[in-house]
Amino acid sequence: MSRTATLLLGGLLILVLLAGLLLGETTLTPAQYGQAFAHPGSPAGEVLWTIRLPRALMAALIGGGLGLAGAALQGLLRNPLADPGVLGVSAFAGLGAALTIALGLSAVTGAVEAGALVGALAAGLLVSGLAARFREPEALILLGVSLSSLGGALTALIFNFSPSPVATAEVMNWLLGSVANRDFGDILRALVPMTLGAGLCLWSARGLTMLTLGEETAALSGLPMASLRTAAVAGAALMTGAAVAAAGVVGFVGLAAPHLVRRLSGDDPGKLLIPSAVAGAILLTAADLISRVLPSEQELKLGVVTALVGAPLFALVAWRASRSWRA
Amino acid sequence: MSWVFTDVHAGPAGRAVLKGVSLTVAPGEMVGVLGPNGAGKTTLLRAGLGLLPLQAGQVQLADKPIAELKPAMRARAAGYLPQERRVGWNLAALRIAELGAPDLPEGQAQALAAACLARVGLEGFEGRGVLDLSGGERARVLLARLLATRAPLLVADEPTAGLDPDAQFLALDLLAQEAARGAGVVLTLHDLALAARVCSRLVVLHDGRVAADGAPREVLTPATLRTVFGLDGAFIDTEDGPVLVTRRAP
Repeated sequence: MSRTATLLLGGLLILVLLAGLLLGETTLTPAQYGQAFAHPGSPAGEVLWTIRLPRALMAALIGGGLGLAGAALQGLLRNPLADPGVLGVSAFAGLGAALTIALGLSAVTGAVEAGALVGALAAGLLVSGLAARFREPEALILLGVSLSSLGGALTALIFNFSPSPVATAEVMNWLLGSVANRDFGDILRALVPMTLGAGLCLWSARGLTMLTLGEETAALSGLPMASLRTAAVAGAALMTGAAVAAAGVVGFVGLAAPHLVRRLSGDDPGKLLIPSAVAGAILLTAADLISRVLPSEQELKLGVVTALVGAPLFALVAWRASRSWRA
Repeated sequence: MSWVFTDVHAGPAGRAVLKGVSLTVAPGEMVGVLGPNGAGKTTLLRAGLGLLPLQAGQVQLADKPIAELKPAMRARAAGYLPQERRVGWNLAALRIAELGAPDLPEGQAQALAAACLARVGLEGFEGRGVLDLSGGERARVLLARLLATRAPLLVADEPTAGLDPDAQFLALDLLAQEAARGAGVVLTLHDLALAARVCSRLVVLHDGRVAADGAPREVLTPATLRTVFGLDGAFIDTEDGPVLVTRRAP
């Protein structure tokens, strides 16, 4: 990637993070901003440092994870429509988290995260198994869409039958995603599996590039493809699981982010990973900002904002991809 | 370093496509594998490279059973150009050719890739995206990647499919050059006359078995042409050497 593009991406990320810190529901006066920076303990400082900053950072972390996971899945499956949300990995992570909550384990440290992780891994393994069986890219996407609906339906079902009835709002939180009211502890808890997953995905980069040439050529390339492939699936599932445990199911970021930076990375699925993570972080921080500052009676859900932008994009990518599949 | 098939039975999803094939490919040979559709040509290559499990028999590459070779060793021993030419992403031609040499440091791999692109006649195409190229140009980029593997055994499944006549000769000449330098070259072909001209040895597969094996003129006899391919044909001597002419058997 060129230096200009790197600087541009980095600059944009800093810009949206700053905006996430400075803008919000409550409008502060310049004097209050001054106070907040001089005295972090003041009421204005509280708003900036304990409400807005962790929220913006959480959005960036989750967007980055989903952007990276999406890029890894697209490379692995050689499919421009792949994304943790589209393939049902997010929905099953949500299902895993919902199960742990319904079983009354939400107070146990790490239980919800573990549940989401297990769900994401199961869906990830299922999807990569199906990918080996169904060579047609459209078939895999259709299977993913059905997995995704199934996961969402089962999650709603669990909340319906849960012994301690959960409010509908709580269910919507899980199904539509939100990063409101997060603190630094939440960020740290998400950071561990995110870092691990990112490491695995980045390690698999060489294999993702080689897979451009197809399964057989990659298998004979001399790279340890079996391990690289497993690393990509496990890494993407870890990041998706962590993202869902922390913020519910946020769709389309993993789909959109890789496409925004694909040309910048020379179309190389291995070199695309980090730019895609940064693009995902920018996208989700911006989306969260929109959900906060849009004047509305009740705050817009993050997943709604990303879907409003992401769903048309998905259609556009599908339309363009279907032409190249036919050729 | 030879590629040795001993009584190999193999086929995708448990089907018996190869029914006992024995064959040895020596360094410096240019072996054309011929046969009608479904005779087992691609299965032979895939089983021989360990991409397909063997149902019975044995394949040896680099003096070891193929299943025992580690990925890196297998890549050093053999390069493969599959029939499937779908490329997933629009990488630059140079980058695709470079993927033939993942074992080299980046600078060296790039220089090698550029040299291989020049050999297939694509000088000046280095920065072009493969999906923006024509089908024939893309096939040549993939051939450049095969050359970049520098493997002592080069295996190509229908390397001439979809190429114009000039590019077909170019591709086969390049493979012949590799054979002349001591590499074993194995390729599948459908054009019998072309195969007879460029290969030092032909192997005819028929219904999963070797129907004939040897020098082109010994292999493509009227009897073999008739029983395996359903063709009438013969070699005609010309100033340019013998040429095979065929037509559908009445």
